[in-house]
Amino acid sequence: MATLPEELKTKIIEQLHLEDIEVAEIGDDDPLFGDGLGLDSIDALELIVLLEKEYGIKLKDPKEGKLIFESVNVMAAYIEKNRSK
Amino acid sequence: MNTGVAITGMGILSPIGNTVAENLQALQNAQSSIATIEMIQTRHKEAIKVGEIKKTNQELATTLGLSDTHRFSRTAMLGAIAAKEALQEANITDIDRYKTGFISGTSVGGMDTTEQYYLRFKEEPNYRRFIQAQHAGFTTQTIAHHLGINGYVSTISTACSSAANAIMLGARMIRAGQLDRVVVGGTDALSKFTINGFNSLMILSDEVCTPFDHHRKGLNLGEAAAYLVLESDAMLQKTEKKVLGTVVGWANANDAFHQTASSANGEGAYLAMEQALAIAKLEPNAIDYINAHGTATPNNDLSEGRAMLRIFGQDSVPMFSSTKAYTGHTLAAAGAVEAVYSLLSLREQLIFPNLHFSTPMEEFSLIPQQTIQHRALQTVLSNSFGFGGNCSTLIFTN
Amino acid sequence: MRNCYINGIATLSAQPTTDPDHFLEEIIEHTTPIFKAYDPDYKSYIKPAAMRRMSKAVKMGVTTAKMALEMASLDMPDAIITGTGMGCKQDSEKFLEKILNDDEQFLTPTLFIQSTHNTVGGQIALTLGCKGYNVTYVQEAVSFEVAVMDAQLMLSETPEKQILVGGIDEIPKNSTLLHQLDGQLKTEEHINVVQLLDSTTQGTVASEGATCIVLSAEKTPNSIASIKAVEIISSASSSTIQEKINAFLIAEGMTPSDIDAVILGNNGDSNYDYYYHDIQQALFQHTEQLCYKHLTGDYLVASSVGFWLSSKILQKQQVPPVTKVNAVTASQYKNILLYNQYQGKNHSIVLMQHVHA
Repeated sequence: MATLPEELKTKIIEQLHLEDIEVAEIGDDDPLFGDGLGLDSIDALELIVLLEKEYGIKLKDPKEGKLIFESVNVMAAYIEKNRSK
Repeated sequence: MNTGVAITGMGILSPIGNTVAENLQALQNAQSSIATIEMIQTRHKEAIKVGEIKKTNQELATTLGLSDTHRFSRTAMLGAIAAKEALQEANITDIDRYKTGFISGTSVGGMDTTEQYYLRFKEEPNYRRFIQAQHAGFTTQTIAHHLGINGYVSTISTACSSAANAIMLGARMIRAGQLDRVVVGGTDALSKFTINGFNSLMILSDEVCTPFDHHRKGLNLGEAAAYLVLESDAMLQKTEKKVLGTVVGWANANDAFHQTASSANGEGAYLAMEQALAIAKLEPNAIDYINAHGTATPNNDLSEGRAMLRIFGQDSVPMFSSTKAYTGHTLAAAGAVEAVYSLLSLREQLIFPNLHFSTPMEEFSLIPQQTIQHRALQTVLSNSFGFGGNCSTLIFTN
Repeated sequence: MRNCYINGIATLSAQPTTDPDHFLEEIIEHTTPIFKAYDPDYKSYIKPAAMRRMSKAVKMGVTTAKMALEMASLDMPDAIITGTGMGCKQDSEKFLEKILNDDEQFLTPTLFIQSTHNTVGGQIALTLGCKGYNVTYVQEAVSFEVAVMDAQLMLSETPEKQILVGGIDEIPKNSTLLHQLDGQLKTEEHINVVQLLDSTTQGTVASEGATCIVLSAEKTPNSIASIKAVEIISSASSSTIQEKINAFLIAEGMTPSDIDAVILGNNGDSNYDYYYHDIQQALFQHTEQLCYKHLTGDYLVASSVGFWLSSKILQKQQVPPVTKVNAVTASQYKNILLYNQYQGKNHSIVLMQHVHA
């Protein structure tokens, strides 16, 4: 079974339609926003829905996403701690 | 100053009143409509507050005298009622006698009917008359037909600046002599579609919205329709009618920054205000009051505030307020709703308060008017901004 | 109204019309009541990062905008005016279906953002960095024409401007199928679309496409045709339309005999094609008559194909034989009249003129 970071990478690519990016190209600690993958505020909202749908985690404030979506590793750690499914 | 285009009628149906007179009364009494949603079943009921017109579709159809097999969406019915009030005030009964156009803004068109029947069209032939009703243009045409306008009919859909752009186009067409008179404005009914759309953007407030407040949490959606009647000078000479006000400035610019968010320095808003002043041939200090877009989203109010500071100068921003806390954000209708409120401000010499403001924003020292003010008002500027970077400004004078 | 020169035009349709050398010599013969546009290589016009959130309508709009600007040798227009009957209906439909099927849960913003009608106009502005005037019209079958009328008005106010006008519509799968329930679309499974104009059944065939044009008030070396006049009529009977066309021509100092070719929007709908048949017989019996919806299908901005066809005819002084529907052939092409309507509503009359070199 894929590790959570690997699973996340696949889901991020799918959810955000990053068609020209491979799982191997995303480093576990690469920043997802800004200089890294170059995601924007709409992607952040998409990832919030991903958290809710796949892991049962509901964020109230979009600002919380900024910290959680720093990198795949940070995201995985947050999910491990808070997941309800 | 530009001599502008005369406004001879206005009509409005909003969460705070079914007529212009009722809207004025609510504005004067600081009566907000924002509350828990009642007319639409939604799982977000407890998480949002909205401005609703408390009339069922059946009641609206009865008001208009529609048959049981009518093809009006709620958006079309709201529009037809408001447009009729505007024509009545302009004392127009012979609609075919002069070249009369209809320009309406809408964002969702008949989505309110589509979402009700979409899954049932196949089984229920009776509902199929609403298949075309989903189109924004069909909504406009339905209203135009009801009013008896058959020539120039068009719909503008630039999200939340739609009605402002409709007023702008009408003024330009009158000035160019393309039409003798034109009914301009916008209509949008609340729908599950828009509620869920704005909810997915996480910009809906679970409380009554607080424009320009430091602690603002987002916007409240509303529904409304409002229209103005614009007439050429030649028509005015023929008919000697009362002029409610004049639209003297208009502009539309694009922020070209992001699909939904406004730029941090309010570039599009700045350009729209700057160009509207240029069309009006007015200096910024001629503006007595601004009816701001002021949706109460963190992004809009900051961007709009910065644009106002850039146009008017650090210490010279005119008195301003947002009326969104009365009606909610009525989307494509907002520009027309606020045009009616701007004209009421001019007629009554009143500045309507920005409800629920308590804490100034950290980024600047702008403070909206919080109580009703009697002032000598000559010129009012109204802003409307929308997704897609669309920014529009209108300027009205007495 | 001031002259309006077309300095660049690109049309994407169910035929390979984006190829500048193509002029309907070889035809794709469609055989179903709903068929898609012929896709150019979008990737050579849009960066992959920008493309990932673009729906078909946005891709078609941005691509034809870039093609038209390139042809007009223009980097930045002063205004962007678009027309669309349904906007980005594919994403709109997906968002609606998720609301209805998933009980308003797990909705992501991308589909909603794309669903607003002004998405294409906004995305063109964003791609070009254009901060000028930007408006989107949504008026069923005259969506493109009202956009052109705004541009004409703007050129009379500010003649120095160069304006990009676009018309875009995409096929949303399920909503288009609904059109088979209310008589808008033919229900036969198999249709020889090239024979569409002889159809005796109700409804038409649906497709999609985009047209972008670059307009200016002054003639440039790139000018290929000029739009002399445009009129729209929201609702009218066939006899009223004939009167309106006559009055339109008189206002331009013309009669039907001054028209070298008439391009009509016949779409094979047995309930409404009489609007065309009536003027074909009454006004333009001795005029060369051309049609295109048996090649491109019908959609709410399909009439923009008429602008492309007439521009090309005026420029090349030749007519694609596959568009001819009567035996008359003009000796030269100076004035071309376009007429279109949908279900007896949203009529448009346009006069296109040859540009002297």
